[in-house]
Amino acid sequence: MTTTESTPAVVVDPDAVNLTINGRAVVARKGELIIAAADRNGDYIPRFCYHPRMSSVGMCRQCLVEVEGPRGPMMVVSCMTSVSEGQVVRTETDQVKRAQEGMIELLLANHPLDCPVCDKGGECPLQDQAFSHGPGESRFIEEKRHYEKPIAISDLVLLDRERCILCDRCTRFADEVAGDALIHFTSRGNNTQVQTFPDEPFSSYFSGNTVQICPVGALTARPYRFKARPWDLEKTESTCTTCAVGCRITLESSRDELLRYQGVDSDPVNHGWLCDKGRFNFESLKSDARLTNPLVRDGASLVETSWSSALSTAASLITSALRAGNPSRVAVLGGARGTNEDAHAWAKLVDALGIDSVDAQMGDGLPSAVLTYPQATIDDAAHASTVILLSPDLKEELPILYLRLRDASEKKRSRILEFASKGSGLTRYAWKSVPYLPGNQVAVVASTLSEPAVSAQMAKGSVVVVVGRSNLAESDEYNMAALDAVMAAHPGATVLPVLRRGNVRGALSVGLGRRDAVDILTDAANGEIDCLVLVGADPIADCPDSDLARRAFAAIPSIIAIDTFATASSAKATVLLPAAAFGEKDGTTTNLEGRVTRLARKVTVNGTSRPDWMVALELADILGHDLGAASVADVHADLVSSNPAFGPATRVALATHPDGVVLAAPATGATTSFAPPPAEKPGFAHRLVVGRKLYDNGRNVAESPSLARLAPGSALHMHPLDLERLGAPEGASVRVSGDRTSIVMNVVGDESVQRGTVWAAWAQSGANIGELIDATKWVNDVRVESLR
Amino acid sequence: MARLSEENVRLAKEVIARYPRARSAMIPLLHLAQEQDGYVTNEAMAHIGDLVGATSAEVYGTASFYEMFKFEPVGKYLINICGTMSCALMGAEDLMHHAEHRLGVKLGGTTDDGLFTLERAECQAACTEAPCLQVNYRYRFRVTAADFDALVDDLKAGNLTDEVPAHGIVARVRQQIPVDRGVGAVPPEDVTEAPTWMAEKAAL
Ligand code: SF4
Ligand code: SF4
Ligand code: FES
Ligand code: FES
Repeated sequence: MTTTESTPAVVVDPDAVNLTINGRAVVARKGELIIAAADRNGDYIPRFCYHPRMSSVGMCRQCLVEVEGPRGPMMVVSCMTSVSEGQVVRTETDQVKRAQEGMIELLLANHPLDCPVCDKGGECPLQDQAFSHGPGESRFIEEKRHYEKPIAISDLVLLDRERCILCDRCTRFADEVAGDALIHFTSRGNNTQVQTFPDEPFSSYFSGNTVQICPVGALTARPYRFKARPWDLEKTESTCTTCAVGCRITLESSRDELLRYQGVDSDPVNHGWLCDKGRFNFESLKSDARLTNPLVRDGASLVETSWSSALSTAASLITSALRAGNPSRVAVLGGARGTNEDAHAWAKLVDALGIDSVDAQMGDGLPSAVLTYPQATIDDAAHASTVILLSPDLKEELPILYLRLRDASEKKRSRILEFASKGSGLTRYAWKSVPYLPGNQVAVVASTLSEPAVSAQMAKGSVVVVVGRSNLAESDEYNMAALDAVMAAHPGATVLPVLRRGNVRGALSVGLGRRDAVDILTDAANGEIDCLVLVGADPIADCPDSDLARRAFAAIPSIIAIDTFATASSAKATVLLPAAAFGEKDGTTTNLEGRVTRLARKVTVNGTSRPDWMVALELADILGHDLGAASVADVHADLVSSNPAFGPATRVALATHPDGVVLAAPATGATTSFAPPPAEKPGFAHRLVVGRKLYDNGRNVAESPSLARLAPGSALHMHPLDLERLGAPEGASVRVSGDRTSIVMNVVGDESVQRGTVWAAWAQSGANIGELIDATKWVNDVRVESLR
Repeated sequence: MARLSEENVRLAKEVIARYPRARSAMIPLLHLAQEQDGYVTNEAMAHIGDLVGATSAEVYGTASFYEMFKFEPVGKYLINICGTMSCALMGAEDLMHHAEHRLGVKLGGTTDDGLFTLERAECQAACTEAPCLQVNYRYRFRVTAADFDALVDDLKAGNLTDEVPAHGIVARVRQQIPVDRGVGAVPPEDVTEAPTWMAEKAAL
């Protein structure tokens, strides 16, 4: 040693790879692709087929760069070549330029260059890169290939094969990401084209993503086609609240009209993908059926009035109900479809009035106690070694969560252990799918978990339990007790609650879940509620027990509804106030994992609509309560300062973290107190299972013309062998009877339905399965008779 | 004319069992389907997809890459006249004209009786025997106009049934590989050792 100074210990990252790109030293990670390392270093390499969320295929050859090799520089495809120690990469030499220009020339050999009439023009990677990396002219004089323009490959997506540059992005997405390989390259050579199987459309729930990632205008979506030019669109980042996944999106509008949503890559949430329901339901925002002005009942009809008179009528209805007895004669349902600020303002109002009959769910979810278990994030679930599903069909209810878990299974990170009464979208990706008869879930879960193979699997690493309401015709207690059974067997497990409404977690977290909606509606049916306030809630359509909801509504003297549409419930209101919709108001939302993100206002409200929080503040004012806020910013500040869970979700934190801030969840290690009884099934009956399909007759689908026709409609699903035993042919009418009533439905054979059970989708047009659900029962059994 | 027959499903399962991944059997099964119906029907492709765990679109994508799979009915006898260099020099063009006249169809067409379909082919690797053709992939060498007429007459008369089976039948002798005689291919993900040639190289 010649010096006394100590050299700082060099930390050698075993995964670090040192290379130079265009003469600058770059540290990359082992296995990283050159194109990705260059991106991080600010060197843009042109590309068409490369997509960071999909495997590389080297299809377009546009990303050629020069890498120094033993025999001098050579061309490599930078999206297929990993970095290596000491590598010397050049992306801008004359050779590279020539190669890239040559590729553009080849790609354009068959491209029609109909940019002036192409939706993609202005935001087209081919157009842009033809300018930035193209030769400027072509030596090709041959005729280009011609195809019929465009062909529909699904109800939503159209394909112009002339524009296609065969990059394999759409087909790769369909296969790798969505798991719906319904489009594929067909034929060969000059005739290669993307096609569906004859008469089998690309009816994927995720088809819209292909339109977004197509690097040319070959794929277009019906709802946006020819509606705007990219340079006319203004964009703001926001969060989809159609379901509780909370995918990041941009709201894109022109002339004050929302025209398109695009997925934004949020690493913890959606990876850039959206489901088609979330992507295309903006159509409902401009529906003519939207409410524009306050309405007050005059006999049988609702008459337009001013906000001030409607609000004072509403206030007087509340006052007289309060005066009639005590706060227990007023109930508030809803709050899960708005912002955190909407929900918080309403929570403050019900606090001020002392109202306890408050619920954001409609008897179709789980008790809010589920939020007090040790919580998991979506990322935790997608990286857990075991994922236990005690949930409804995630593909139908929370589509992007389905994609994340499917990916976890396909990439062999996670093993999925599913408990279900009916096969789900994830069944084919599950390590083990265990069927149970509704009512027996707890016993089946407990015995499965005691199998040596299962406990060995669970001992391997982290366990995340995904729990939601798996069957609307079965008590939610079973899901909770099954969850407790898992927690007892594996106390280290964490829980991802999958309640589905956009901001249900926000609403419950601010205190809008105080009593079960079923109990509130039961009180109402018994004449114990004088005034019901609906904050974006439609219990008649959403409460599983349709008869109960109807009886309740018949017995409530005054109903105040705040809604975007006149729904089955809000149309019965005494006062009906038009609400500002998604995209028309600022605020924040909380997704199913408790992640708070920002929502943006992009367009002016419809008519005189007002956001829910404003209505709460105004009503409070008239009722003589000062909620201490006058703007959405005030409400947010109050939420952050008064609710410890929301403490981290400050304005600044949300502005600097576009991916949001996860709520500080108070984990109390709760377990439910009581175990529901196992339910015996009478031999002659079928046990009823009711779930959801992505497309139903809810307002935001029904009022979106492109989506409305995708709803399958009401039908009774039965195992083919049960169908045979019944002696009814596929599609025949059958009578389905419960204790109260019977309905007539068409029956279809479905192998994912267990024998001895029947399945029906909730909220479909046609016969309403809710007529057969009695919410006071643990499980519901029905008899099925052939009508022939 | 539809899905694979029961007998063919049995054969299909036997073929599938030879591969570590069911999908690898897709092409042999497509041949089976073509043998059954003379061409590959949509129903058969969907059925094959079910059997090997692929979507119909994937089966169609794979099948349509190959010209030998037909997706519409073709004649019982598919005549491919080579049009590549040697054959072209030796009169393939004239032969094609003659064939069109004799059969009364244009290139690519099928005769009304459903017996013959006429196609052009690329080099059939019989250049020394130019011009040549194949009928259901059975060769005819140094074909003159008179040879062509004789061929058509013989096929019509049923004189060649032994030599030239109907379109779709690639071979009459079916490959039989008892399970114990299979190569025992290991699924790629289960391969743990380097291939032999690499091991040998390492030993040097
Ligand atoms: S349609 Fe678009 S995404 Fe699909 S292969 Fe063609 S260019 Fe690529
Ligand atoms: S998964 Fe849910 S949050 Fe995501 S795009 Fe679909 S509806 Fe919206
Ligand atoms: S981006 Fe690399 S080959 Fe297409
Ligand atoms: S050119 Fe005809 S067989 Fe080769």
